[in-house]
Amino acid sequence: MDLVESILSIATFAGTSLIFATVGEIFTERAGVLNLGLEGMMIMGAVCGFAAAYHTDNAYVGVAAAFGVGAAMAFVHAVASITLRTDQVVTGLALTIGGTGLASFLGQKIGPGGGPLVGLTGPRFVELAVPGASSLPVVGEAFFNKDLLVYSMYLLVPLAWWFLFKTRPGLHLRAVGESPQTTDALGVNVFKLRYLYTTVGGGLAGLGGAHLSLAYTPGWTENLTGGRGWIAIALVIFATWNPARAVIGALLFGGVNAIQFRLQAEGTTISANLLNMTPYILTVVVLALVTYLEAFRKRVGAPAALGLPYNREERV
Amino acid sequence: MFKLEKRLETSRRVVWGVPILSLLLALAAGGLLLAAVGVNPLTAYASIVKGALGSRVAITETLVRATPLILTGLSVSIAFRMLFWNIGAEGQLVMGGIGAAGVALFGPTALPGLPQTPWVYLPLMGLAGIIAGAVWGIIPAILKSAMGVNEIITTLMFNYIAILTYQYLFTDPWKDPQGFGFPGSAEFGRFAWLPRFTGRLHLGIVLGVLAGLLMWIVLTKTRWGYEIALIGENERAARFAGISVFRNIVLVMVFSAGLAGLGGFSEVAGVSHRLLQGLAVGNGFSGIIIAWLAKLHPLRVVGVAILLAALFVGGDQIQITLGLPASIAQVLQGAILIFVLGGDIFSRYRVLRVRTRVAEQEA
Repeated sequence: MDLVESILSIATFAGTSLIFATVGEIFTERAGVLNLGLEGMMIMGAVCGFAAAYHTDNAYVGVAAAFGVGAAMAFVHAVASITLRTDQVVTGLALTIGGTGLASFLGQKIGPGGGPLVGLTGPRFVELAVPGASSLPVVGEAFFNKDLLVYSMYLLVPLAWWFLFKTRPGLHLRAVGESPQTTDALGVNVFKLRYLYTTVGGGLAGLGGAHLSLAYTPGWTENLTGGRGWIAIALVIFATWNPARAVIGALLFGGVNAIQFRLQAEGTTISANLLNMTPYILTVVVLALVTYLEAFRKRVGAPAALGLPYNREERV
Repeated sequence: MFKLEKRLETSRRVVWGVPILSLLLALAAGGLLLAAVGVNPLTAYASIVKGALGSRVAITETLVRATPLILTGLSVSIAFRMLFWNIGAEGQLVMGGIGAAGVALFGPTALPGLPQTPWVYLPLMGLAGIIAGAVWGIIPAILKSAMGVNEIITTLMFNYIAILTYQYLFTDPWKDPQGFGFPGSAEFGRFAWLPRFTGRLHLGIVLGVLAGLLMWIVLTKTRWGYEIALIGENERAARFAGISVFRNIVLVMVFSAGLAGLGGFSEVAGVSHRLLQGLAVGNGFSGIIIAWLAKLHPLRVVGVAILLAALFVGGDQIQITLGLPASIAQVLQGAILIFVLGGDIFSRYRVLRVRTRVAEQEA
């Protein structure tokens, strides 16, 4: 495997969890809800997905559990921020803080016999080579010798893009986040849509977590997500709320992971602590650049009603 | 159908009843989790209370734990007051710890003429902590106010960068050469230790309470406090009133991050006396919870921080007595915040039952 091929390959692999979470958050934010609980949902998806897969010896059950847990947490966010009109920033943070704690708690309690999950090996998604395509030069190994979750991500991105920009329900979704009053006047149920897309978005974040614990680094360790949920929130801005552009960002971050791996594999003397900083520094730099460029080009930014609770009886 | 109607006035019963009910619901939710793993919730809660307040040692430990929480709670409060979402108190505290430790470790060799007494070193270390924390807060503040870069993400990313920097320092360049391979810096000289009252309880708690009082005075009695409140209420109006939002964001973040940095100083100079694992234990995140539960009021922050510290100390105890993961305390603080947030609407609105038209026709 030459260098480009290996970096591309790891980038795709590492970027998958980010793409699931980013696409999920794009749906949520397009509906006008800011979900900062993403990190908590990812890490809960990772721990519950792994536990469910381990106990049933079935990785698919793990994926379903991860989606369910992420969706359930996002539903709590929906009840709080849509119905009870709480501050969305603080509610999301509470879910991340509580979710991280709960994941750590469960990780020590839901293993075999009520013991810890750390260090166990369970079922995982293995690479399935696509016949023919996987032997293509450069891209074959990188894109077509991957696990099923990576392949589902290939389907998810174009589907999400098509749904959002080419279908009627997608139009309603975008409208709800831009102007809930207008959408309500059209006869669309603002509350129902916001509940739906917040919940689905959380489920996708849970799936991202499952890809970490069932394929990328199989098994459960504390702090498995390492801030990926937050990086995904930054990627939403980077992608200007467009699922297709999220891929570029996720590959960029996956690529940084890949370079880290390569350096470590080649026995670099740079401290791992310093190497591990790169994705976080990159996030700040990329976010600052994108914010600067978008402001300069006066492009469409965040959905206009992002983070604002909708109240039929109050005029804006 | 239910309908929400704004309360014209809030009665005492609602002001106290709603948060207390929310707290009880959060404890009930935590109780479900405890019951699910086969622990009697009442036993668990009783041993949390006993572990946090049951003895003289327990109470001093709770106050020791409360010290950094007061400072991060204050740090978050002042930033949130002007709707600057500083999620970075964790990293700012860690940077403060690094700054203070740097002075304590390298001061004696770099400035041999400096008298090695607490009267000289402690203020210098405190200042270094404040400056290091503030620098860590200014960068996101400038990015936000000059370019509009989302501060939630930058302050959060700065947490990770600060924590990795600190881990790098105490495992590599600042590692104690006589440490038998243990990760951690050398112990500071005695001149760099904060004086202790009893047990591990050190002067830091006084700094925390004084900081709370200072912030209360700034917010309620000064022009600057008024400007902060105005920006938080209505940024546009503040701009029209001639208030510089840029200057205020930067100044508030110096104050906010400086307080968190002071918390880092207090931890290394008061508790660990060296730089080692255990500085980044989520104080900055708990600070967010404290700030919100205290409704961003500096004096209430002190009280809420002590209560949350009791939860943490008690949580450590049930790890020993009941074999439960100490992270239960983290779960509970998240649950408490969610329920208090969700409950808040009921102190502002009344729930009315209304008949829909369909129901009326059927009746």
